[in-house]
Amino acid sequence: MSEIIGIVVISMGVAFDLFGCIGLVRLPDIYNRLQGATKCVTLGTCLILLGVLIHSGGAMGAKALLCAIFILLTSPTGAHALARGAHKSGVKLWEGSVMDKYADDKEGELDR
Amino acid sequence: MSETVVFVFIVIIGIGIFLSFLRMLKGPTASDRAVAVDTITTTVVALLVLLGLVFKRYVYLDVSLVYSLLAFIGLVALARFLERGI
Repeated sequence: MSEIIGIVVISMGVAFDLFGCIGLVRLPDIYNRLQGATKCVTLGTCLILLGVLIHSGGAMGAKALLCAIFILLTSPTGAHALARGAHKSGVKLWEGSVMDKYADDKEGELDR
Repeated sequence: MSETVVFVFIVIIGIGIFLSFLRMLKGPTASDRAVAVDTITTTVVALLVLLGLVFKRYVYLDVSLVYSLLAFIGLVALARFLERGI
């Protein structure tokens, strides 16, 4: 029974991974691409690791849980640093974007 | 039966890695390529875990943990480089 639940959770994670990669190709702008790629791929990989934990258990499951926690900590941090670096290096927004709070921030309140 | 399903999952994740690789080749700015490399890294971690599930080897999970750690350090260094132009 736990094998079937594990396979179902892994299949959800694989679907999230594939949609994240399709979003990386289809979306028009680097910031939109960061939205699509990072969120979907992080959730998909964590779901796959959680499915391995449910499927196998034991030592392999413990390592999978450790890896999932590590990815949940590091992947949004890396994406945030990358978006900040891209904005500061002068990458323009897509022409359909409606607001840019980080460029409007004159006193540097967001930049601490 | 379970191993066949996991093999299909591995093929689907390979397609995702190929799409990210296309973005890495095409991306107009350096930041796009960095985003594509980050996506490839996180997807390869999932691929390694599924390979470990098929072959029933625990060592693939250790490899994926160390790989994600090194990729995170590289990504933060790349972001600092894009920000300041060291």
